[in-house]
Amino acid sequence: MPLLEVKGLGINFGGLRAVNRFDLTIEPGEVVGLIGPNGAGKTTVFNMISGYFPPTDGTIVFKGRSIVGLKPYQIARLGIARTFQNIRLFRDNSVLDNVRVAFHPRAGYGLIDAFLRTPRFRAKEAEINERAFELLETLNIADKANTAVKNLPYGDQRRVEIARALAVGPELLLLDEPAAGMNPAEVQQLVELIRFIKQKFNLTVLLIEHQMGLVMNLCERLVVMDFGEIIARGLPHEVRQNPKVLEAYLGKGAVA
Amino acid sequence: MESFIQQVINGLQLGLMYALIALGYTMVYGTIGLINFAHGDVFMIGAFVGYLGYSSWGLPWPVAIIVSMAVCAALGVIIERIAYRPLRYAPKIAALISAIGVSFFLEYGSSLKFIFGPDYRVVQRPFRSITWNLGGVSITNIQVVIMAVVIIFLLFLLFLVFKTKIGAAMRTVSFDHDAARLMGVDVDKTISFTFAIGSALAAVGGVLYAIAYPQIYPFMGIMPGLKAFTAAVLGGIGQIPGAVLGSLIMGQVETMTAAYISSQLRDAIAFAILILVLLIRPSGILGRSQQEKI
Amino acid sequence: MFQKTNKMLLMVIGAVVLYVLLKIMITTGVINPYWQRVLFYSLIVTIGALGLGIIYGFTGQFSLGHAAFVGLGAYSAGYFSKTFGQYGGLSFIGALLVGMVFAGLMGFLIGVPVLRLKSDYLGIATLGFGFIVKVALDNADKIIPELGGARGMVGTPQVANLEWLFFTALIVIVLTRNFIFSTYGRACTSIREDETAADMIGVNTFKTKLMAFTFGCALAGLGGGLYAHTYPFICPGDFYFLQSFDYLIVVVLGGLGSMTGTVVTAIGWAFLLEGLRFVLGPQFVDFRGVIYALILIITILVRRQGIFGGKEFGFLVPQVRREKPDAALRG
Repeated sequence: MPLLEVKGLGINFGGLRAVNRFDLTIEPGEVVGLIGPNGAGKTTVFNMISGYFPPTDGTIVFKGRSIVGLKPYQIARLGIARTFQNIRLFRDNSVLDNVRVAFHPRAGYGLIDAFLRTPRFRAKEAEINERAFELLETLNIADKANTAVKNLPYGDQRRVEIARALAVGPELLLLDEPAAGMNPAEVQQLVELIRFIKQKFNLTVLLIEHQMGLVMNLCERLVVMDFGEIIARGLPHEVRQNPKVLEAYLGKGAVA
Repeated sequence: MESFIQQVINGLQLGLMYALIALGYTMVYGTIGLINFAHGDVFMIGAFVGYLGYSSWGLPWPVAIIVSMAVCAALGVIIERIAYRPLRYAPKIAALISAIGVSFFLEYGSSLKFIFGPDYRVVQRPFRSITWNLGGVSITNIQVVIMAVVIIFLLFLLFLVFKTKIGAAMRTVSFDHDAARLMGVDVDKTISFTFAIGSALAAVGGVLYAIAYPQIYPFMGIMPGLKAFTAAVLGGIGQIPGAVLGSLIMGQVETMTAAYISSQLRDAIAFAILILVLLIRPSGILGRSQQEKI
Repeated sequence: MFQKTNKMLLMVIGAVVLYVLLKIMITTGVINPYWQRVLFYSLIVTIGALGLGIIYGFTGQFSLGHAAFVGLGAYSAGYFSKTFGQYGGLSFIGALLVGMVFAGLMGFLIGVPVLRLKSDYLGIATLGFGFIVKVALDNADKIIPELGGARGMVGTPQVANLEWLFFTALIVIVLTRNFIFSTYGRACTSIREDETAADMIGVNTFKTKLMAFTFGCALAGLGGGLYAHTYPFICPGDFYFLQSFDYLIVVVLGGLGSMTGTVVTAIGWAFLLEGLRFVLGPQFVDFRGVIYALILIITILVRRQGIFGGKEFGFLVPQVRREKPDAALRG
C-alpha cells in the first residue's frame, strides 16, 4: 500500500487556478523531490497535504485513509510533519521547548497531573525530556537546548525546525526548501543529515528544493511542476534532460 | 411611522458624529496598526477648546471649530511624536499601553482645577435651537448644521486621501512602511500628517457633540471614543468607507434600541451586534480577510 | 532528587516566613488597617492578573474584558455567600468555588465563539463582552433582587482575611507555575509564538486556547470571589473596562510571559496607586492621576518588553536535567 496517494488535486484562489490535476503516489521509504520554478504551486501542494488549505478538488489518502477535510493538527497526529520555507519556530521559546511541544499530543498525562505534579506527570515529562534531548543530539544542537531560538544562527534554526518535525513522530516528512540560504558545505551536511534521519526514524520524505545539487544527490524520484501542473516526473537524470523541464527553467539559470 | 423616521434622523446625527471620531481611529490603525486609545480624549479636548472659543474668547462658532481643529491637530502630532513613535517597531502592545497612558494623562490633566476642572459643565449653544416640524417629524437647526458640517468634512477627507499626493502617501504607508520608504515617501511626516488630520476631525466631532448634547467634562471622550472605535472595527478597521458605514450602523442601532427596546440595554445590544458581526465577518463588514502566507 | 526536595522545602519555608512576617506586622500595627486593605487588594489583583497572564502573556489571546470575569466571580460568589453564608469557612470555600466555576464557565461559553478571532478583533469582542456584563449587572436586580443592580450589592459576609488571601494567592501561583511548565503551558506559548506552526505540529490550537481562556477567567472569578468577601460593598462599576485596562497594564508592564513580572507588578502597582496619595499629600493629591499616567508612559517607553521581559525568578522554574546523559548513544 502506498504511504501517500494524491489524485486530481486542485485549488482555486479567487479566480486563479493555483494547482491543477496534481497526482502523486509515494511508497514507504522513498525520498521524492518536488521541484519547479518559483510560483509553480509546490508550497501550495504542501499546504493542502498538511491541511492548511482545503483543496477545491481531488483526494489525498494517507496510510489508506482520506485526510481531506482534516485539520492540520489532526493530520500531524496521523504522521505527517513539515518544515517551512521561511522558518517558523516559536522564537521566544527555548530550543528544548520548541521540540518538547511537538510531543504534546502524546504527552500521556492530563491537566490534573500537571496541576498536581503527580508521579505520572514526572515520569512522562522525564520521558519527553529524554526523547527531546535525543533528537537535539541527533541534530547536533543539544548544547543549545536552553537558548531562545531567536538567538540562534540561521543554520541552527533550520536544525531545530527539523528536530521539531521529527518530534511530531512522522512517517512522512515534508521539507520545504530545507537548504535555502545554505552554502555548499552546509548543503552537503544537510544531505547527510536527511539520509541519516530517514534511516534512523524510518521516514518517507517529500521535499521541495531549488538547490539542484541536493535534489540530484538525495532524491530517488522527482516531480516537476510549472504553473500549477506537473510537467514531468521520473528519475533525476531523466528529468534533467526532459525538454519541458529545461524550458520551464530556461533563462532562470536554475539547472545546475 | 413618523416616530420611526424621527429615530432614523436622530440615529443619523449620532452616527455621523461617530464617523468623525472613527475616521481618526481607522486612519491611525491603517498606518501604524495602533488602537489609539487617546483619540477619544483628543475629541474631549476639541469639545473644550471649541466651547471656550465661542463662549469665553468670543469667536464666531465656525472659527472656534477651526481653532479647535488646529489645537487638536498639534496635540495629535505631539502625542504621536512623544508616546508612539519611539515604540513604532516595538511589539504593538507597548504602544497600546502608551496610548492608555496618554489617555489617562489627558483625562486627569484636564480634570486639574487650573486646566478645565473635574466638573460637568452644561454649555450654552452658540446659536439658538430652532425646531421645524415636517409632517410629524421634527428637525432642529442643530441637526441640520451637524449633518452639513460632517458631510463637508467627509467629502474633504475623501478628496484628501484619494486625490492628493499626501493622501497617496498615506495609502502607501498604510500598505507597507518599507515599500513606502523605497518609493521616496517620508514615512514619519506622513504618519504625523495622519495624526493631524485624524485629531482635527475628532475636534470637529467634539465641538459638534457639545453643541448637540450640551454637556462637557474631562471624561466625556471615553464612551464616544470606544463606540466610534467599535464602529470602525465593525466597518472594517483601516477602511475609510468602513469607518463611515460602521458609524452609521452604530448610530442607528443605538438610537433604535433606546427607542424601541430599552435605553438601559442600549450599549449591551450595540456590542452584542458588534460581536455577532465579527463572528460572521472576522475583519468587519468592508474589511478584507487576509490568508497568511506560509 | 535531594536537590529538588531541598528547593521545594526552601520555597515552603520562604512562604511561611513571609506569611509570619506579614502577620506580625499586621498584629503589631506596623501595617495599619489602611495599608492592610491595600495589601489585600494587591493580592486579589495578583490572582486576577495571573489569569490574564495565562490568557494573554502565555497564550497570546488579547482580552480587554478581564475585569468582567472578576465581576462575574464576585457577584456569583457573593450571592452564594449571602444565601448559604451560615456555614462559615466551608461556605466561603463554596463561594470561592462558585465564583471560579461561574466565571470559568462564562469564559468557556464566550470563548467558543470569540477565540476564533485574531488579536485586536478579539480584544474588541472581549471589550464588548465587558460592556454587556456591566449592563447585565446593572440590571440584575430585576431578576435577582439581592444582586442590587446598579445600586451595588451589600451584605456579603466579610470573611476574607490575610490567611485566606495570602494562601489562596500562593496556591494560585503554584498552580499557574505547574500549568505553565507542563505540556499544556508549552502548547500555550507555541500558540502565542506562531499559531499556524503550532497547529501543524499537532497542537489542537482551538482547544488549547479555550483551555487557557477558561482557566484564566476562572482565576479572575476566584479573585472576584475574594473581592466580594473583602469589601462590604461591590457595584458593577468595580468591574468595568477601566479595571480591565488595569489588569492589562499589570500584565504588560510586568513583561508578557513572566509570572514573576505579573506578581511583582500587581503588588507594586496597587501600592504605587495608594502610595502616591501619601507622597503627594492632600495639597497635590489631584495630580495623582496625571503622575500615574506619566509613570505608565515612561515605564513602557523605557522598558517596552515589560519590567521582567519574559524572565522568571529562578526558584519558580523547574530545572530540566537529563536523567541519563548517555541515553542518546544507545540509539
